[in-house]
Amino acid sequence: MITFDEIKKSFMVCLWFMFLTFPIMVIRVNTVSNVIEWRWERLFIVGIGSFILSFIWRFALKKTQGDTKKAESEQSGHASFGQRVLKEPKIYIPAITIFAVFAILFPFIFSMYQINIMTTALIYVVIALGLNIVVGLAGLLDLGYVAFYAVGAYTYALLNYHFGINFWLVLPIGAAMGALFGIILGFPVLRLRGDYLAIVTLGFGEIIRLIMENWNEFSFGPSGIANIPKPGFFGVQFSLQSSAVYLYFLMIVMTIITVFVVTRLENSRIGRAWIALREDEIACQAMGIDIRKTKLTAFALGATWAGMGGVIFAAKTTFINPASFTFWESVIILCVVVLGGMGSIMGVILGAMTLILLPEYLRVFSEYRLLIFGAVLVLMMVFRPGGIVSNVRRKYKFQEHEG
Amino acid sequence: MEYFLELFLGGLTRGSIYALIALGYTMVYGIIQLINFAHGEIYMIGAFTALIIASVLTVAGFNQIAIILIAAMVAIIYSSAYGYTVEKIAYKPLRHAPRLSALISAIGMSLFLQNYVLLAQTSDFLPFPSLIPEFEFIKPYSHIIRSSEIVIFIVTAIVMVLLTFLIKFTKIGKAMRATAQDREMAMLTGVDVNRVISVTFIVGSGTAAIGGVLIASHIGQINFYIGFLAGLKAFIAAVLGGIGSIPGAVLGSLILGCTESFFTGYVSSDYEDVFAFLFLVTVLIFRPAGILGRSDTEKV
Repeated sequence: MITFDEIKKSFMVCLWFMFLTFPIMVIRVNTVSNVIEWRWERLFIVGIGSFILSFIWRFALKKTQGDTKKAESEQSGHASFGQRVLKEPKIYIPAITIFAVFAILFPFIFSMYQINIMTTALIYVVIALGLNIVVGLAGLLDLGYVAFYAVGAYTYALLNYHFGINFWLVLPIGAAMGALFGIILGFPVLRLRGDYLAIVTLGFGEIIRLIMENWNEFSFGPSGIANIPKPGFFGVQFSLQSSAVYLYFLMIVMTIITVFVVTRLENSRIGRAWIALREDEIACQAMGIDIRKTKLTAFALGATWAGMGGVIFAAKTTFINPASFTFWESVIILCVVVLGGMGSIMGVILGAMTLILLPEYLRVFSEYRLLIFGAVLVLMMVFRPGGIVSNVRRKYKFQEHEG
Repeated sequence: MEYFLELFLGGLTRGSIYALIALGYTMVYGIIQLINFAHGEIYMIGAFTALIIASVLTVAGFNQIAIILIAAMVAIIYSSAYGYTVEKIAYKPLRHAPRLSALISAIGMSLFLQNYVLLAQTSDFLPFPSLIPEFEFIKPYSHIIRSSEIVIFIVTAIVMVLLTFLIKFTKIGKAMRATAQDREMAMLTGVDVNRVISVTFIVGSGTAAIGGVLIASHIGQINFYIGFLAGLKAFIAAVLGGIGSIPGAVLGSLILGCTESFFTGYVSSDYEDVFAFLFLVTVLIFRPAGILGRSDTEKV
């Protein structure tokens, strides 16, 4: 029920936002000819928009708070609907079969443009799964993840340019370079935690990008490296069309391997150590886990996937320059992980698909892409911190004996 | 020697601007332990608002002094309003959430504000009118120091003094210090914590706006992206000095500004930002709590 009080509140919110957005939304100055353009119609849009949004905001906030209370009072054990679906073999086996058939038939049904977009989305799935190890599992916020991606891409581009080494040889080298840089970054930040870690990793990402941009003799500076060959298949080079299909299948295989490895890692000894580290560093240390080793493996393994993703990215676009590896690229990858649900593999895949595919298909909104990403990050944190598919923590319960 | 002096004064100017932005970071961090990632954007919005208002007033035919004062006042008011609103939307609902969530929310807010200005205004660099007049008495030294640099020093010094006064001697300052020490205990003693946090954001954003207006009229151009790097540098400065400590933020800013200035002057200007980041990493490795920060061991 909407009471008079709420309408008054929303009206105040509406006035406040009209005031707030007034100079930037309404006035536009042409500094060359000194002409001022007044765009009054925008003021009304902001007013009406904020009036409606404030109702939705309040409603959603109330609902979220109610939900958390309910979740707290209800003794856990009831997996969410999504979780139950995933556990039921009658549902997930046919679902996987349908997905597999769709994935195989995809390049034969859709155009090359669609195949390319799908390949990009799959690259994001792979690198986001890598970031998921660092952020989702180990709880180390890495804001410079794109640096490893850049390292992979440049490894391929430079090795190929100077020595003509082919894609398949570089793929493991790129992965190793990623891991190496992961460790190089990991060492100095071992002692840092939380926010400091985030800033130092951010700085590290920027350092790599700035070096690539300024060291002309090494990386060809801002003009980048062009004519990177696409991968071949035992010496066979493909035409443009079939190489796109080939890359697509390559990415499908990569994704399956990544999902497999990450799932195994998550339930391994080291995976549990990461989760323990995320939950409580001190308690984790007290349990006899070597924190240094755990952190370093998280960084190195996360960076490995980024390195491989970078190699494939360079092979796919055939051109790279430092502009592809800005800080906001890291934020987009982080956004994929957060939107999907930190720590949940299914969520990361869904997140990548939503965030990379949606803007491609909603071309109308393409200029609003980053604006919407920003809003999504805030709204997800406020209303659904767990992401689309939240990861249910493994819990042990006492079973009461009957009889 | 003259080159050295020029670089030194240039570094101090730079450092003063960093200090004005770093104060907002450090105050917010001191009270809610959150890196307010959107703070650089608040600074950018301050500069934009000042530009817009100054242009409107110029067309309307106001005189120079009136334009400076009104544009700066409006910029401060708007930046504070944005800071207040950002806190209410993106941080307040996350008061009890894990710190990672709040940080991600802050990054989202920063991305949002940047693109909001980009879409509503323009992506081009806009020329910013030189609001500060050239003083007569500075003419003989104009190859070493510009009058806008003098204004920047003076304004920064005044802001520091006022801020110190606010925090040391007023009731709200006392409440801020209490909240920074122990939020729950402050609540128990009757401090309205939400109000304190709002005031912190308002004050921090206001000082950032002053920095924005000053640097924009010093450099002479702005675009929607200036907030990111400036915010980052200011944050580095705040961390250098020991985050949460106000004198630390000022000291860190001045150190960072001067070393950066010398580095660009004597070594290489291409790697200026690389140097700043490396400096930060080095300091954090040897003194994780910063220069003036106290390192507290975590109690279990």
